[in-house]
Amino acid sequence: MAKKATRESYGAALAEYGSREDIVVLDADLSKSTKTDVFKKQYPERFINMGIAEGNMMCVAAGLAETGKIAFASTFAMFAAGRAFEQVRNSIGYTKLNVKIGATHAGISVGEDGASHQCLEDIALMRSIPDMVVLNPADDIEARLAVKAAIEHEGPVYMRFGRLAVDDVNGEDYKFELGKGVQLADGNDVTIVATGLMVEKALAARELLKADGIDARVINIHTIKPLDCDIIEKAARETGAIVTAEEHYVMGGLGSAVAEAVCDRYPVPLKIIGTDRFGQSGKPAELFELYGLTAENIRDKAKEAIKMKR
Amino acid sequence: MDKKRVTELSIIANKVRRNALTAVFSANSGHPGGSLSIADVLTLLYFEVMNIDPKNPKNPDRDRFVLSKGHCAPALYGVLAERGYFPVEDMGLFRHTGTYLQGHPDMNKVPGVDMSTGSLGQGVSVAGGMALSAKLSNKAYRVYTILGDGEIEEGQVWEQAMFAAHYKLDNLTAFVDNNGLQIDGNIADVMNPNPIDKKFEAFGWHVITTDAHDYNKLLDAVNEAKAVKGKPTVVIMKSTKGKNVSFMENNAAWHGAAPNEEQYNQAISELDAIIKELEAKL
Repeated sequence: MAKKATRESYGAALAEYGSREDIVVLDADLSKSTKTDVFKKQYPERFINMGIAEGNMMCVAAGLAETGKIAFASTFAMFAAGRAFEQVRNSIGYTKLNVKIGATHAGISVGEDGASHQCLEDIALMRSIPDMVVLNPADDIEARLAVKAAIEHEGPVYMRFGRLAVDDVNGEDYKFELGKGVQLADGNDVTIVATGLMVEKALAARELLKADGIDARVINIHTIKPLDCDIIEKAARETGAIVTAEEHYVMGGLGSAVAEAVCDRYPVPLKIIGTDRFGQSGKPAELFELYGLTAENIRDKAKEAIKMKR
Repeated sequence: MDKKRVTELSIIANKVRRNALTAVFSANSGHPGGSLSIADVLTLLYFEVMNIDPKNPKNPDRDRFVLSKGHCAPALYGVLAERGYFPVEDMGLFRHTGTYLQGHPDMNKVPGVDMSTGSLGQGVSVAGGMALSAKLSNKAYRVYTILGDGEIEEGQVWEQAMFAAHYKLDNLTAFVDNNGLQIDGNIADVMNPNPIDKKFEAFGWHVITTDAHDYNKLLDAVNEAKAVKGKPTVVIMKSTKGKNVSFMENNAAWHGAAPNEEQYNQAISELDAIIKELEAKL
């Protein structure tokens, strides 16, 4: 399979599932980048260009939802979760309206555009809104199924997509269940809990650990909220140590969500891998190295977590 | 409208004012000034203009109303109660813990509230979304919203102003409650949004300037807006903040302050006197 960016999957899924008359797609002058232009080509009468006005877009989406539409509001993660946070919080979250936020270009893998466009806070921001569902798919098939699940779910959903083309980690027969973690590999010494682009690296880390005689479990969390606390608790009980990996700031994201669940259910050592500072311009692969978003770092942190076991 | 109907509406509007003040007094917090200034237009919309049914508040084909200046919830609740969405006696529950009459309009808790508002600038955008939705679905409902003249200092209002004109939302009517005052004083001193009419005109809206307390003029404006094709309409209403309560009129101090018992009793007796006088005319 050729590599594919999850933003491509977003556009493709909107076109694939967009035949429903109640689906409306909004974009803030970025349809070529968010790939909503694929939907626009197919259903021009239900595509609304909002111009460069993200705050207004979120509230217009709320108005469309109040009148029975399923409104997809699309822009870069930085502007969806960042600039328009308060509109999302008050007009979409508080109201529980049926708006789906398609946030592309999330994370440091945006690359060359640099820190101003590398949103590393969106999971934390969106997670803090009651009833907001937060999805962060790992590959093309998961991203497409996430869009389908978002359509079927009644209420606000935040979907996080990337710009970087990635390999598939899931097969074509993959079943996506909103709110359920996916155990990709079993293991008893430590659990790697990863989301988005870090899932692929978690699987690579498992191989590195295996070479060192360590048997790591790998769990893919595509639904960061509501978190599958059961799969996390089970991993804590059975493996006794956890390392999380995400393309997001170390505070407030997947690592924090897992920490909350682990502390609540069954405390075990936990290491959180994510970015610890603002991003910068560069090639995505080089930035992953620079910020420790690598299989090697996951391996090292997994070993540290194992050492902390009591 | 004949004189009798104007008198009837005027009586209701002053009851709405009374409800609003009862709410704010009971809560010992809230926004009386702007609530009193929009009581007339709310009464006109809910009793004369909008296609609504208090027994079926979620009818998908109903006209929509969004109180973009959401802090004037006491007036909105006051008119919804008079219209029969919930008991007038409940006004005293306003802002109390565990009750449904939230400090700012909550669509999930209060029957008849079409959109939760309170964060300025957002309501008008939502109203634009509702209006666009009607166009997409070929539905005949219209959308009404009320903005504060201080609220239009929010940049988002102008994002929406561009949007509504761009998509030719002639089913959207926005009212600006032009009472000239915001919390910190005169709008012209705090951050001058004038000339309001020229700004909306430049953004491509049909602009009407009228008197916020004259029912016939307001109704003319509503009907003119309905007749305009291809453009949204803004009705800039010259209003009196604190209208019909002598010591609250044109005083920014009453933007967000609750009356004490003596002030409340005086305000109610002033409104009761107006209502009595109007009833004598019927």
